[in-house]
Amino acid sequence: MRKRLIAVANALAVFGALLLLWQLVIWIFQVQPYMLPSPWAVAKAVSKRFPSLMTSLAITGEEALGGLIASVIVGVLVALLFAQSGWVRKMLYPYTILLQTVPIIAIAPMILSWVHAGGPAVTLIAFIISLAPVIANTTQGLISVDENLVNLFLMHNASPAQVVLKLRLPHAVPSLFVGMRIASGIAVIGALTGELFAGSSQVGQGGLGYSILYASSQNQTDYTFALVLATVVLGFSFLFVVMFLEWQFLHRWHESALVPENQ
Amino acid sequence: MSAASAVPQIEFDAVVKSYGTGRLVLGGIDLTIQKGEFVSFIGPSGCGKSTVLKLISGLTPASGGSIRIDGMTPKDARESISFIFQDATLLPWRTVRENVGLGLELEHAAAEIRKKTTAALLDLVGLDDVAAAYPRELSGGMKMRASIARALATSPRLLLMDEPFAALDEMSRDRLNEELLRLRAEQKWTAVFVTHSVAEAVFLSTRIIVLKPNPGRIHAIVPVDLPFPRTAELHESPEFEKLVMQVSHSLREALKR
Repeated sequence: MRKRLIAVANALAVFGALLLLWQLVIWIFQVQPYMLPSPWAVAKAVSKRFPSLMTSLAITGEEALGGLIASVIVGVLVALLFAQSGWVRKMLYPYTILLQTVPIIAIAPMILSWVHAGGPAVTLIAFIISLAPVIANTTQGLISVDENLVNLFLMHNASPAQVVLKLRLPHAVPSLFVGMRIASGIAVIGALTGELFAGSSQVGQGGLGYSILYASSQNQTDYTFALVLATVVLGFSFLFVVMFLEWQFLHRWHESALVPENQ
Repeated sequence: MSAASAVPQIEFDAVVKSYGTGRLVLGGIDLTIQKGEFVSFIGPSGCGKSTVLKLISGLTPASGGSIRIDGMTPKDARESISFIFQDATLLPWRTVRENVGLGLELEHAAAEIRKKTTAALLDLVGLDDVAAAYPRELSGGMKMRASIARALATSPRLLLMDEPFAALDEMSRDRLNEELLRLRAEQKWTAVFVTHSVAEAVFLSTRIIVLKPNPGRIHAIVPVDLPFPRTAELHESPEFEKLVMQVSHSLREALKR
């Protein structure tokens, strides 16, 4: 407990030092507020426009969450298909790599022509770019089961469904969480990117991406910083929730979730 | 068909096994194992010891010849066979109790029977204290006990063991050897055991099959006429030492070819 307090205190001290450094840079080099606002100005912008900041945060959060949940559901289903046989994997795996390498910025306008601008289009973009890590990691988990465990199931005349449900899926859960951790970060970035193109432009309805675009075009540097801060908070919250779920599911049996005693 | 005691339990008739590009692993095995025997296969690596177990269990098909278990094909006989692997192969996400009950669960045994059998076996192998623990909390010896309990839970008539104690320290190994014989005396299954250790083979077996490599064939069959029950003190008896020397000698011969 005491160790944890010290760790928190250390993290806070670093944060404080960074703020101080930021402020010092502004004082020493006489940086103009439109170039770099002071921490204090950003804090003021946050408090002054808190309701619209929260609205933007909620919109982007919802889109990113929708994309993440969809990519977990679809990703696990695709991984189950991939785990069925080597040739299915060889035939379809290149397309997952395609998913990962396709420049989302280039296809975003195309997606807009399929789906109307706004939440659904952004969610779709978040879904597309967070799908690949879920598929890749879950597939790996499903197929890397010890051969003798499969033999054990065969010796008990287990059905294919039993092998999947009682052996492959539980074995893949730690890998699924690795994929989800990566996907959670990408989903937020995806939602943000999506909004740059497909965000709703109604006043007071834009998510963080749209608002960043708008605020920076208006030279509201302090509010832009506040929005970036909100994005960071959103990304952290996603990661935190995924890691919490991971701990909930795995801490009793899996090494990755062992409580580090000597750190 | 029920296995009357007169019926041999396992019959190998000119069994040949080759993998992939024709590499011959077993080159013609003729062997009959009677009900109630404890037969150990021993031999240098690459002589196909583990393949013998895979063939009996039907996990891999023979390339030639025939194998009958209680007059059935290995796959059809699976219901009466349990396999204990080299690693404990416990499911890490299940508690010890849930692991021991796995076989019964897969075979759709009623919950009541599952619970009773699992409890009885945990008691039998001395794991009732850690029934609610997860495998990572157990020592190597305890994991292997859980693995044995799981194999016995489905009341097998034939137990296949592939170097189950190879990864354990000598003390745990000796203890588990003794326990294995105690369980066998109670439950009367037939055992086919694969090991690297001559002393272990002599201690456990009623018959030892020495294999020679390239391709795997039977080099010698050594009957072990030591009386049961056997305890650790047996290791110090002159009869035991004589048999160990005899099998060791035979192993060296098998390598010389």
